[in-house]
Amino acid sequence: MDMKRDYYEDIEIFSSGTVLFWSIALFAVLFTLPLYMPSYNIYLFNIILVHVILAVGLNILVGYTGQISLGHAGFFAIGAYGTSLLMMHLGIPFFAAIIAAGLIAALSGFIIGLPALRLEGPYLAIATLGFGLTIMHIIGRWEIFGGRMGIQAPPLDIGIPQWGWSVPLDSDVKMYYLILVIAIVMVIGARNMMKTRIGRAFVAIRDDDIAAEVMGVNLLTFKTLSFAVSAFYAGVAGGLFGFVLGFFDPFTFNLILSIIFLVMIVVGGLGSVLGAVMGATLITYLQYDLLKNVDEMPYLGDALVWISRKYFTVIGLENFNSIMLGIIMLGIVIFEPLGMFGIWIRIKKYWKTWPF
Amino acid sequence: MIEQLIIEGLAIGACYGLFGVAVAIIYKTSDVVNFGQGEMGMISTFVAYHILAQYGLPFWLAFVLTMVFAVLLGVFIEFFFLRPAKDPTVLGLIIITLGAEMLLMGLAGWKWGAEQKDFIFPLSVQKVHEPIPGLVLNEWSMGVFALTALIMVLLFLFFRYSNLGIAMRATQQNQNAAKIMGIKVERVFSFTWGLSSFIGAMAAMFFAARSVLDPNFMMEPFMRAFAAAVLGGLTSIPGVVMGGLILGLIENFFGYVWPVWKPIVAFVVIIIILTIRPSGLFAKHYVKKV
Repeated sequence: MDMKRDYYEDIEIFSSGTVLFWSIALFAVLFTLPLYMPSYNIYLFNIILVHVILAVGLNILVGYTGQISLGHAGFFAIGAYGTSLLMMHLGIPFFAAIIAAGLIAALSGFIIGLPALRLEGPYLAIATLGFGLTIMHIIGRWEIFGGRMGIQAPPLDIGIPQWGWSVPLDSDVKMYYLILVIAIVMVIGARNMMKTRIGRAFVAIRDDDIAAEVMGVNLLTFKTLSFAVSAFYAGVAGGLFGFVLGFFDPFTFNLILSIIFLVMIVVGGLGSVLGAVMGATLITYLQYDLLKNVDEMPYLGDALVWISRKYFTVIGLENFNSIMLGIIMLGIVIFEPLGMFGIWIRIKKYWKTWPF
Repeated sequence: MIEQLIIEGLAIGACYGLFGVAVAIIYKTSDVVNFGQGEMGMISTFVAYHILAQYGLPFWLAFVLTMVFAVLLGVFIEFFFLRPAKDPTVLGLIIITLGAEMLLMGLAGWKWGAEQKDFIFPLSVQKVHEPIPGLVLNEWSMGVFALTALIMVLLFLFFRYSNLGIAMRATQQNQNAAKIMGIKVERVFSFTWGLSSFIGAMAAMFFAARSVLDPNFMMEPFMRAFAAAVLGGLTSIPGVVMGGLILGLIENFFGYVWPVWKPIVAFVVIIIILTIRPSGLFAKHYVKKV
């Protein structure tokens, strides 16, 4: 079974040979994916990977530290606008720009983390929600951000064009490899961080912040750090998202997006990196592929069009997306509060102890 | 001019306050923040619109039918979405109400489409009266003031003197003790949701009369009302209305001086006030015991 015998066993990245084997298999599949995938699906995979980065970051805040954020679309927007504007106006190379944008997001995360020291539950929800809306309005009003019309992301070049070293990434497939590498680094980084002193401090705050403080965890440092790290992840994800979309406006980053992010980690399972990855994959797939053209689905599509014609309106069928999302959210809390990770654990337990 | 700003601000603030009361009643009784409140009001308003436009009934009858629908909707959501969840966490509860919000918004969009509709409401913003010389009031504001005052008085009497009101207060203080005293806590919760949905639907109709009717129209007012409720302190009902009035005034003055930033001033003020007084202006702050 999963018994840990000493500390070094607990902090290993790959806890067993099986995990190592399947991780390598997964990486192999992911790296060879463009060979057998049509190009539209690569676009979808890019969005999934961006959302995986964000969900893993949000999970650090919500799942591990137990804070609530309804404003992550704000950090996401800071990352997207920050990266594109730094590259366009200041001519900063891509990697420096995305890290700088991530750090700006982290700084705003730190600032929004300060009131969070005194707020909890619904009060924190409204404060973060207000932050998300404020960011959306600010970028919608200021000319430098392109206003309501939105901006075009600059051509993606991961070299340093000013020094004559140019590595343009002009197709979805090339972008896919860039995002994949960043996503793997950040997911493993998050998984590792949760096994360090910092990660354990986060979990202690989630379980009982007063007890944690008594044990010597500095709440000021670690709560704001959790916000900052989570915002950094969101900022980097946002920076990549801007290039995936190519064109974005302030309304891309609305409140519904923040809710969808929260749904990803709740559906995946709070407090687990694997859960965040699974949840982000599933919800993004549903949002951007399966439910996008619901009337073209086999069997179900025709039935839905028929129902729409009889009782609802056919033009409103696009809202089916939102209905399904609502049902998933309700269902997961009522029937499976641990999310997909909980289901996974149950399956694993069942097979490990099989005859019994 | 300045009086007009004050009156307008107070009127819209009273409407925020009224809607905030709907949020606060649920929070007070069951510790659930209902993020679906706006969409519950929205769908009730759409039902009223549907009755008016489709069947051509007089407004008062449509109003009564809508109120019945609103109460049933509130009870339905409590019964089918909140009651089955076993020991949900704060985040779990937020996800449930957000899920109800997405569901209702999707249903309304499916049924009525996304195009904007005009909601015919007997009290219009255009028709003005001058009850006292120098004080110009439009019918809408008069309606809001009258309704808010009426609801406040009724709620006060209800929580003070009726058995059910006292049961709701008892449930808020200590659920287990209330159960021992013979209060059916689940039934109290259902009733709370019905009452809250009732008040929220009325406020939503007032909002619809001011703006247009589409599946997203309650999003902004809900967030303002929620902010107002948090500002006043979610557990005190007069505090919530005061919070609404303050928010309405701030927003109106700020919107006059600096109209570009009107939509966000409310939230900036809320964040600042919450940093100074974490439980809102008028609620007692309880220090958590270990």
